Amino acid sequence: MSPVVGKPVNRVDGPDKVTGAGRYCGEIVLPGLAYGLIVGSSIANGRVLSIDETAARAAGGVYGIMTHQNTPKIANQPHLIPSLAGQPAPGESFFPMQDDVVHYWGQPVALVVADSLEGAAHAAALLDITYEAGVPVATIEDGRSSAAEAQTLFGGLMPARDERGDVQGALAKAEVTVDATYHYAANHHNPLETGVTTAQWDGDRLTLWDSTMGVRASQLTVATLLGIPLSDVRVITHFVGGGFGSKAMVWPHVTLAAMAARHVGRPVRLTLTRPQSFTSNGHREEQEQQIRLGAGRDGRLTAIHHRKLSVTSPFDDWAEPATGVSTQIYGCDNYLGEHHLIHGNTLTPTFTRAPGESLGSFSLETAMDQLAYELGMDPIELRIMNHPPVDNHGNAWSSDGMADCLRRGAELFGWSGRDPTPGVREEGNNLIGTGVAGAGYPVAFMMPVQHARARIFNDGSVVVQTSAQEFGIGVTTSMAQVGADALGVDLDVLRFEAGDTDLPNTTSAVGSMGATMQSSAVHNAGTTLRNELIAHAVNDDKSPLHRLSPSSVRVEGGRMSSTLDPSIGESYADLLTRNRLLDLEALGSWTPPPIDTPHGLLTFGAQFAEVAVDKDLGLVRVRRMTGVFAPGRVLNPKLARSQLLGGMLWGLSQALLEGNQIDRQSGRWALNNLGEYLVPVHADIPDVQVEFVEVEDDVVGPLGVKGVGEVGQVGAAAAIANAVFHATGRRMTELPMTAEVVMNGGSPG
Amino acid sequence: MRPVTFFRAGSIDEAVAAVSGHPDSAFLAGGTTEIDLLRLNVVQPTLLVDVNDLPLTYLEDIDDGGVRIGAMARMSDVARAQRIVERYPGMSQALLLGASEQLRNMASMGGNMCQRTRCAYFRDGQSPCNKREPGSGCAALTGVNRGHAVLGTSDHCIASHPSDVAVALVALDAVIRTIGPDGTRTIPIESFFLPPDDTPSVEHPLAHGELIVAIDVPAVPVARTSRYVKHRDRVSYEFALVSVFSAMRVDDAGNVAELRLALGGVGTVPWRAHRAEEALIGRPATPENFAAAADAEFADARTTPMNAFKVTFAKRAIVRELSEVTS
Ligand SMILES: Cc1cc2nc3c(=O)[nH]c(=O)nc-3n(C[C@H](O)[C@H](O)[C@H](O)COP(=O)(O)OP(=O)(O)OC[C@H]3O[C@@H](n4cnc5c(N)ncnc54)[C@H](O)[C@@H]3O)c2cc1C
Ligand code: SF4
Repeated sequence: MSPVVGKPVNRVDGPDKVTGAGRYCGEIVLPGLAYGLIVGSSIANGRVLSIDETAARAAGGVYGIMTHQNTPKIANQPHLIPSLAGQPAPGESFFPMQDDVVHYWGQPVALVVADSLEGAAHAAALLDITYEAGVPVATIEDGRSSAAEAQTLFGGLMPARDERGDVQGALAKAEVTVDATYHYAANHHNPLETGVTTAQWDGDRLTLWDSTMGVRASQLTVATLLGIPLSDVRVITHFVGGGFGSKAMVWPHVTLAAMAARHVGRPVRLTLTRPQSFTSNGHREEQEQQIRLGAGRDGRLTAIHHRKLSVTSPFDDWAEPATGVSTQIYGCDNYLGEHHLIHGNTLTPTFTRAPGESLGSFSLETAMDQLAYELGMDPIELRIMNHPPVDNHGNAWSSDGMADCLRRGAELFGWSGRDPTPGVREEGNNLIGTGVAGAGYPVAFMMPVQHARARIFNDGSVVVQTSAQEFGIGVTTSMAQVGADALGVDLDVLRFEAGDTDLPNTTSAVGSMGATMQSSAVHNAGTTLRNELIAHAVNDDKSPLHRLSPSSVRVEGGRMSSTLDPSIGESYADLLTRNRLLDLEALGSWTPPPIDTPHGLLTFGAQFAEVAVDKDLGLVRVRRMTGVFAPGRVLNPKLARSQLLGGMLWGLSQALLEGNQIDRQSGRWALNNLGEYLVPVHADIPDVQVEFVEVEDDVVGPLGVKGVGEVGQVGAAAAIANAVFHATGRRMTELPMTAEVVMNGGSPG
Repeated sequence: MRPVTFFRAGSIDEAVAAVSGHPDSAFLAGGTTEIDLLRLNVVQPTLLVDVNDLPLTYLEDIDDGGVRIGAMARMSDVARAQRIVERYPGMSQALLLGASEQLRNMASMGGNMCQRTRCAYFRDGQSPCNKREPGSGCAALTGVNRGHAVLGTSDHCIASHPSDVAVALVALDAVIRTIGPDGTRTIPIESFFLPPDDTPSVEHPLAHGELIVAIDVPAVPVARTSRYVKHRDRVSYEFALVSVFSAMRVDDAGNVAELRLALGGVGTVPWRAHRAEEALIGRPATPENFAAAADAEFADARTTPMNAFKVTFAKRAIVRELSEVTS
């Protein structure tokens, strides 16, 4: 059988998902299971004065009620650090119900455990809680005067300011400038499955079935907060109904589930309700961005100034980093990137698909479009001309592909011959336009060593294992493909196991790094085991391969054979059985390059969109989209396409529909359900084309895999906004681009 | 969710007696509004009287060429009924553009008349809201009110009415038929939907325990060419930003001979555009006159910074709709 990596293999877990056989973390049935429900504060700033439990307790079926008065104190509060770093990864550097202070609307102030979810909800509604409420500061408008520049982001992991050359000087001298300020509404993740954790104690040992994007992150965080050994915490996760960043970090409800299970002496399933999912696991923060570009008449960029202002929690210097792409996707000697923060009454924002760069690139890529118009240049040529062979430190890209993506996309989309004149194509009530944007997403090497194990039995069947699990992206399938090729066996004899902290460590599959990390470890485990098996054979005088050089042995379909004469050989199973080896196993490791590895590290792409804009009413409909990406080796084109397509559609959603705002009086999110927080429905989805440009990369791991999780979203909204400009002649500086934004020509009211 | 007693009524009399005899009770039809609000703690009945078994799912002709629609007829069935499609295509379109097919299969016509506003402050069960808790104030006045009404508002409530089909029904002069503890009555639809004034919690004149049994739609010949357009942020499955029901006849001289015009998304009640109708009837059907009529309709609009765009939006939508119908 030929290699399966690169083949569009169907999802191996598809049947389990569609038949309902797959068990999600909220479907784990345990004897004596109790149901927990968090009660969130109904103020955003102040104190809990009293909690009267009388009526709630009288409701019946209540096993326990936790409040700040009886919740155990946490052992340690770890600081927020991205789960990709492989350390404890709390969503915020704060744990609720430790005292009576309320910092944000919906902050957990009580937890009710009852014999049914409905019973818990009823009792929760009967809790009589009184507050002393202060005036909340939760929006940019409320807190603008208190904004300050951040020094570092992500718990000190990254500098917040990025400066080279002399931006002000270069802007002053530039022949052409663009200066634009943008306002972006907050986004929420809204996976279909809200956060849920089932917790069970057995003596001192805790098992959690947690809907997480990384079992190890949950284990590390919960063990640290509770002050118990890692070896006593096991986290199991086999199916996750979507995460998009909301489950990349470990939020208080996970640990509260463990505390509640101990409190009532039973296993507890703690589920976040849909409204709570808007206040319990972060969001993409409301933000204002400014871009200033300076360029010569020839189109060469001479200055980029990129500034972001956003609201974070009282506890964390959180900003999704917005300048990782703008600092390097186009070459420019004078650059300044800044992040400014307002500390307000919100929970800590968090990773939301294509964190930072989806909006950072929106600013950059719409400004580039504007520059192309100022210069009278084709926007694709302007981008290609400015795209450098090296990154902002002068290091060559580990692999590039940007220009090819733009050119291939232009071909597929039918860009050539486009008349750039804005506002001239009418069709009925609509104005038609097309737009393009570049896309890039950083490859971040901040993870520790990754491990996987491969084990073969003497009947030839194989198990490959690693801890980080599936959450919808298809790793169960693609890692089986990688393991099968590495070991040289057919896909159907191999089972891939993951989603359990008892398995060898891999880090949360976040930051588009999952496929890179896991495939590298799995590949190394598979090849290590293959080499061991070959070594056995060539040293075994009963083997037909005896005395052959290991390099002249190949393996296919579980059979080793001589590369010179394929008829000479034997199967793994025969070798093992003859030698009375019931199984053989190998651990594979992959040590990622250091975070400052001397290579330019971005995954590139190009996005194209055609829109129809209602000329009177301002409603924008996307007619078609084309995305071309260069993510290195594609393990499974079907899965990769789904990831990229999903990203592009979220870009559409971000462009036109998604946005939440905080009610300024109460500090509460105005929208808290899927009826009102709009995401696209099928009817909104146009014809979407996804293609790959092949690039080889020997820096990002043995297989050369860059991620596809985020880059599909980057640039999609910008391509749509640029198309809206082409259609209407109006520059969009606000997301989402709702009817009134478009009607009023770029800014509301 | 709070415990409730569930009672399945076998007859209209039983249903009326059960609800009127119990102070904290409510009818349960399709449940697509009632169960949501129960779970959100916005309404707190302790007795639900299920009316799904009542023989009220019919559609039948009435004397003058109109149609009587049973209160328990489902939105999806009514939308596709041939006599509705033929006589009132705009009403069929309004139904099909509402909610989703799954919801329409459950949702009843009677329940639709009594659906509650989607105002987020009403639905959160906590914010000051005069509709939910009379006298508590109105958080929406200075809050997030993009979706709120610009016509028929008061200082006490600016919630928009969410129904689509009710917009068609006010244009068609439908009549609501009820049976209550005090007997039978008929209520002209425009007296059924009450503007908020200073009692936003009172949305219709039904007594407690008074059951809608049918909706009578009279014969309206001009409605045979009626249309309903619904403008919204996403293409489907969303309440209207602005919707327009129109039925118009232009005579040979090019004058508007007949006009029924009603609007959704902009009013605190399904909004019959009487002023625009008056401004146009007998006048030439020209875009200028359509625009003047739209201006007249919105002359008293009261807006907030967030929903002010709806006025321009709605005027343009009216002009477009009438122009398209004319051409
Ligand atoms: C997600 C979602 C989207 C929606 N989108 C739209 C939309 O786009 N357009 C639109 O028009 N509607 C929309 N709706 C509203 C939907 O049409 C209504 O919920 C539905 O029509 C209510 O009918 P029901 O039979 O389910 O009523 P129920 O929920 O059972 O009852 C609603 C209310 O009416 C009372 N009631 C019910 N029947 C009677 C009766 N015969 N006599 C007196 N009182 C009665 C009940 O006591 C209750 O107070 C949407 C609803 C949802 C949940
Ligand atoms: S607009 Fe009406 S429903 Fe909304 S909060 Fe105000 S009073 Fe309540």
